[in-house]
This record gives sequence, C-alpha cells and structure tokens, in this order.
Amino acid sequence: METDLKNTLRELLIALADDELILGHRDSEWCSHAPILEEDIAFANLALDEIGHANLWYSLSAELEEAESQSYVDRIVFWRDAPDFRNIQMVELPNGDWAFSMLRQYLFDSAEIERLNVLAESAFAPLAETAAKIRTEEHYHLRHTRLWLRRLGLGTAESRQRLQAALDQLWPYTGQLFELPGERDHLLGLGIKMAQASPSWEAQVIPFLSECQLALPAGARRALNRQGHTRHLAVLLNEMQSVARLDPEAEW
Amino acid sequence: MILRLNGRIINREGVFPKIAMEPKPPQLTREDIWQLLAEIKDPEIPAVSLVEMGMVRQVGLQESKVIVILSPTFSGCPALDVMRGEIDRRLREVGAPEVEVRLSLAPPWSTDWITPQGREKLKGFGLAPPPLHSGRLQLALEQPVACPYCASTHTEVKNDFGPTLCRAILYCHDCRQPFEQFKPL
Repeated sequence: METDLKNTLRELLIALADDELILGHRDSEWCSHAPILEEDIAFANLALDEIGHANLWYSLSAELEEAESQSYVDRIVFWRDAPDFRNIQMVELPNGDWAFSMLRQYLFDSAEIERLNVLAESAFAPLAETAAKIRTEEHYHLRHTRLWLRRLGLGTAESRQRLQAALDQLWPYTGQLFELPGERDHLLGLGIKMAQASPSWEAQVIPFLSECQLALPAGARRALNRQGHTRHLAVLLNEMQSVARLDPEAEW
Repeated sequence: MILRLNGRIINREGVFPKIAMEPKPPQLTREDIWQLLAEIKDPEIPAVSLVEMGMVRQVGLQESKVIVILSPTFSGCPALDVMRGEIDRRLREVGAPEVEVRLSLAPPWSTDWITPQGREKLKGFGLAPPPLHSGRLQLALEQPVACPYCASTHTEVKNDFGPTLCRAILYCHDCRQPFEQFKPL
C-alpha cells in the first residue's frame, strides 16, 4: 500500500474510533445517574455499543500497523493526551441535561449511519466490512433516540424548552459531523465519497427536528477540523485514563 | 542422575528440546471439534451453544493447529472474550496443540443464523426468539413479538435496551409478565 494512502487510512480509523470512544465515555457517565432505571440501562448499552465500535476501528488500525491488537488499543486509548485525539467536538461536551445527551446521541448516530453507508462502499475491504457490521447495530440507537426526541419535543412546555436549549447549543457543532482527516483525493483513492453524506443527513434530520416542534437555530454550523478541542476533553481524559496511568504495569 | 520422561532421557543435551518441539499428531477430527464447540455455551445465555447461535462459521485443522472462525454478535458484547478463551481452553484440553480463533465480520452475524433448536432453547430460557428477517431489519422491528410464556402477541416493547446488548425488555398484556426478547440483528 502506498504510504500516503496508508497514512490517510490510519488517520481516518483513529478519527472514527475516537468519535465512538469519547461519545461512549460520555454515555457511560449516565450509568446510575439517568432519570429513570430504563434509561439508565439504555445509556449503559449505548456506551457499550459505542466503545465496542471504537474497539473495532482501533483494532483495524492495529492490523494496519501490524501491532498486537490489545496492547495497541490500550496504548492509544490510555496514553495519548487531548491534543492527539481526533474526535469531533460535539462528542466531548459535558452531559448536563439529559435532553442534551439524548439529542447529541440522535444527531451523532443519524450522521454516523450516513458515514457508514459511504464507508461500506470503500474499496478497502476491511474498512467496508467493519462499517457494514457497525451499521446493523445503529438502527436500535436511532429508534430509541427518535422516540425520545418526539416525547420530549411534543411533551410538556418544559421538556420542549429544554430540548430546544440543547439544540441551540449543539447545532453549531453539527458542521463538523462529516469532517474527515486526510486529503480529499486520498479518501477518493480509497473509494470514500463523503460529499454525498451531509446533504442526505440534512434531508432527514431537519424535517424530523421540525416534526418534534423544534426551531432550527439561525447561527452558522462551524466546519472545524479535528485537531482542535474544547477544554472539556482534557477533563474527560483525566478521569478516563487515571486508573490505567496509576499503574502502567498492571494486568487487567 | 538420569531424568526420564515417558521412557526417554530428558537431561541429555539436545534431547529435551527435541521432545518439546515435536508437534503432537492431531488426533482431533473436524467432527470432534464441532461436537466440542456445540458444548460451549454463550455465557450470557447459558441455554444456547455457540453453534446454535450460528457464531461458528468454519473449523479448520492444520498440522498442529485448530482454527475456528467466529462471527461476533453485537460488536460491543463483553461475552466475546470469554467465549474465545473458552474455545481455546476446551480445545487444548482435548489435545489441540495450538488454537487460533479468528473473528470474521463479513457477512455480519445475523440472528437469522440462530438454528431452529437454538430458537426453541431461547424460548425455554424465557427469551422470545428474534423473527427471521433476511436482512430487512426495519420490518422485523415492526413485527409483534410473541410472549415466550403464553405465546400471546398482545405485547409491548418497554425498552429496546436490556440487561445485555442483545436483549430488549417487553411486557405481555395477557399473562401480565415482563419478558425479554433476543433482538433481531
């Protein structure tokens, strides 16, 4: 494989994995804190799914690097600092209101399905196969989050107001959902045509949000690259990595 | 002093390494391996074996190595590592010198691959089996689910997420009991 293609692939896999890992960690923070037991269980499941998907992407990267999978994944998850992470900023924002987490999950998963549809067509078979595998599980996420957005949006004045506040906060970050690292030409060289994904996502998400009685914020959607982060990522990592860093030699 | 193992002198230079290196002739047949895999249970649903779950795709037998190709169910399932470890342990116990469990993602595992016996056992375990869907998952999700206790379809999904990644929580309005379903995938 040519070096630049390999580099593109490596950066792409890490970006995909980091999105899933960081969102999975945020989801896991609801464990034992969600408003009702069923939703506690649901967010714990979502967390497990996302972290499982992260593991698939990281393992694929390990394969590419011809590294031993488990130690590679541990190293990349627990021993990188915030500036080296390549996740989009939406997934690192702290939880706060439960409506916020539910809406973020919907915005991310609906975009992820579009991304996976594109990746599943990639010329690099292991990437395409992994995308197809992950995609089958996302149906449940979308079913769950859509149900709740309807309930919250069409529920009481308070639930709608809180969901609207979440949308106002999250919408600017959606400009980053289809941002991938690497040169466009290199991605195209791998058969990845991401340009079609964003309009397809908008065509689906915007009408649904309005069906939930939500008003689309007027502000711009920021197209940020994946190098920058909010101050929240370092705080998250500090907690997530603390046990592993306490005793690097520990076996677990 | 001369040390002997199975009648051979092992402390003479050059002899012991030779014994250790010698590959055991594989006495296992593919049928034996399938048989053994049919005894290994899914730790989260101990009523059903890996073979009944449709997870074992292929079994290969080489000179000194048994290769098992396994399709993972839900990708975040923590039971997968337990199952891999169990396959390795059990096959070594019956004399496989080396065991390799390879994961296969394509085609992705589907609940359609659960065998008819597996479906019956799920029911016996109190889990409604997933409907057959031939890849049309959306349709499967709209279908009424029959209660594993009384077979009524007067049931309702309470939560798409349950105690494990593969289970949803439902309620039967006829026998008035909560139950779980193995989610179609």
